[in-house]
Amino acid sequence: MQQGNFLFQAFIYLLAAVVSVPVAKRLGLGSVLGYLLAGVIMGPFILGFIGDEGQDIMHFAEFGVVMMLFLIGLELQPAKLWRLRIPILGLGGAQVGVTTLVFTPVGIALGLPWQASLAIGLALALSSTALVMQSLAEKNLTKTIGGRNAFSVLLFQDIAVIPILAILPLLAPSNVVESLPGNSFSWIESFPFWAKTLVVIGVFAGFFFIGKYLIRPLFHVIAKTRLTEIFTAAALLLIIGTALLMTKIGVSPALGAFMAGVMLAQSEYRHELETNILPFKGLLLGLFFISVGASLNLRLLTAEPILVFSLVGALIVLKFIILMVIGRIFKMKADSTLLFAFSLAQGGEFAFILLSFALQNNVIPSEVVEILIAVTVITMLLTPVFMLINERLIQPRFGTKEKEDEVDESGIEKNSVIIAGFGNMGSVVGRFLQANGVKATFLDIDADNVELLRKLGIKVYYGDASRRSLLQAAGAEEAELLIITLNDLDKTLAIVDTVHKYFPHLTILSRASGWESVYDIIDAGVHDVYRENFDSALHMGKDALIKLGFRAFQVSRASKRFAKHDKMALYEFAKTRHDHNSHLNKIRTHFEELEKLIQREQEDKHQHKNLDWDTLSRVTEQKQLARKK
Amino acid sequence: MNPRILILFAHPAFEKSRVNRVLIQNLSGIEGITFRDLYQEYPDFDIHVANEKALLEAHELLVFHYPMYWYSTPSLIKEYLDLVLEHGWAYGMKGNALEGKQMMHVITTGAQEKTYGKAGSNHFTIRQLLAPMEQTASLCKMHFLPPFVVYGSLLKTEQELDAFRQDLEVLYHAFLDKGIDFEKAAKVSCLNSLIPELKK
Repeated sequence: MQQGNFLFQAFIYLLAAVVSVPVAKRLGLGSVLGYLLAGVIMGPFILGFIGDEGQDIMHFAEFGVVMMLFLIGLELQPAKLWRLRIPILGLGGAQVGVTTLVFTPVGIALGLPWQASLAIGLALALSSTALVMQSLAEKNLTKTIGGRNAFSVLLFQDIAVIPILAILPLLAPSNVVESLPGNSFSWIESFPFWAKTLVVIGVFAGFFFIGKYLIRPLFHVIAKTRLTEIFTAAALLLIIGTALLMTKIGVSPALGAFMAGVMLAQSEYRHELETNILPFKGLLLGLFFISVGASLNLRLLTAEPILVFSLVGALIVLKFIILMVIGRIFKMKADSTLLFAFSLAQGGEFAFILLSFALQNNVIPSEVVEILIAVTVITMLLTPVFMLINERLIQPRFGTKEKEDEVDESGIEKNSVIIAGFGNMGSVVGRFLQANGVKATFLDIDADNVELLRKLGIKVYYGDASRRSLLQAAGAEEAELLIITLNDLDKTLAIVDTVHKYFPHLTILSRASGWESVYDIIDAGVHDVYRENFDSALHMGKDALIKLGFRAFQVSRASKRFAKHDKMALYEFAKTRHDHNSHLNKIRTHFEELEKLIQREQEDKHQHKNLDWDTLSRVTEQKQLARKK
Repeated sequence: MNPRILILFAHPAFEKSRVNRVLIQNLSGIEGITFRDLYQEYPDFDIHVANEKALLEAHELLVFHYPMYWYSTPSLIKEYLDLVLEHGWAYGMKGNALEGKQMMHVITTGAQEKTYGKAGSNHFTIRQLLAPMEQTASLCKMHFLPPFVVYGSLLKTEQELDAFRQDLEVLYHAFLDKGIDFEKAAKVSCLNSLIPELKK
């Protein structure tokens, strides 16, 4: 009953997520705390739905962290990453270094050998990328100064894991050196250190070229098939492949995925990749948090409550103080420093990995590891609570909430205009705006077109503009106008629908093919509708009249009047349109409408006699005056 | 209260305007004034005659407000006059729609005041240059008021411009609140000279 078991487990985890997260959200606790609590409740010590397999699932779910870092990488172009080098190296280095230096003597004072104390110091210096980034994102704090600095430190920690894993075996008292966890098949295990470094650098450089010359054409081919699931499959393949490769060369998969993301940050498929990976990331991270909650050893907690909780207190207080001091040294404002310190004052998922690795290498005895894992889990459980306290009770004391940094936002170009469709019409609209200094973000679903335009140096993003997430990624929240130039009525209506639902502030200007589509689009609530051929048809008619000998200025005025009346009529008819359902009726309506329009022109001719520059009235008067004389 | 003043503002490059930007900044917010930005309404010069006639009928004081171009108005105002002042409506034996209404011009010039007049390079006074307008008003049986002029506007400081804005608003408020003595007003060369008295 392997399969039945799997489905049951999936059911339990999904149920836990679906029940606990909305409840936690409603209580204002945030989704992360919801997942964690669900894990504790379902874990082996309370309900027992999750048993020993919890560890395996946690391993699997760590992949959510990998995806998260890939997505973070996607938002950070290499140039932006380079600009962050000072916070990453400075803040990150200081945090890991100082924390280790403080924790190691504490371990020694508690009677542990210095090697074990150093290993524990290194392991506990690291915070939880998954927990912190998810919480910050949920509270919209990733772009604040505190949030960004927290991210920089986390990034440094992710990088620091690699040398720490290399150092740990050297701390073993005896010479029992085991291989890195999950790296047992590492290709370069026997290489000397410098060679390993070279290989890693080589692989990252290779990434850059693969990203540019292999991945993009590949995605192009896949996008052309217009099969969404294949695109999703390709995106997942890319991340899993990267993770595997990274494991083979002894780099943390999360860091590798991050680099892969950075490499693809400038690609036209960025928004689409984001859209596809996002749900997987969310679910896997949720799973990860549930398994963290489930792995809390409550028995240990009841056996040694004083020891465990004093360690928890010590860990949080020490990390918090160190972070506060570092924040002040780096001249962060008080409110930013508090956010920074509250978010990072916990142990993280890397502690699990490093502690169990240290255990394998006999660096730390198993009873200590067990307690420390429990301590780490509790600090992770408490972090969302502390962030909540900071947000609700402490931050309001600062007059202003921490403002979003004015440094330009990561990666995504935010323009006031989004143009969906870069074809005949979209390109003219876009060029005209550009010629007048207005930049637009373009979205197009035709992979060939996107490729071509990219070659011409125009930033066009591939994707389906009726998807909320793509619009959001394209900056719909900040934009003012959405211009739809697609010649696909259904797609157009779907976009209008999405915009009305999620971005009601956007003004829509839409292309339509004929008056029937005009009606549908007006019915959908769009006022500014443009018939794709109307202007050129009218222009043709004008030229025809001029060629017949009409005065050009007369024709020009007549065409303006015609266009105005025609538009008015369209809006009138749109209101009174009958509801015809059958196909035959539709055709009949089609002709009826055309007839109405033509009749209207004939009536207009009599009703609105063109009196401009008319002399008839004066001639009559002059004649009358002449007669009187 | 129905609006009584109709201001027809015409500036083909308002986005570059410094002077008129200050002068008009409050006008659309004053109760009793209907402010129309003609180049914004009719970028293609396709003036909606019926609408404009209805507006003229509903107001008492018609103000053309514009920077002077080649001793005359920007071209859209000329187009407006050509199209809207129809025979049999504005003038002619049966054309009495505008009878008794006032016409006034608010003009900004680049050149200094001393250049307008016999001795100056522009030879004629603004009042003389407005002769076609004065006659247009007369043919439509309207009263023609002297213009309100901001001379030498290119070199005016923001402070000076703001003083002109205040003067203009004083003039409009005077018209709306107590009315203006037209007999007396018709005798001055520029309405600007009435302001000190109106301020009292």
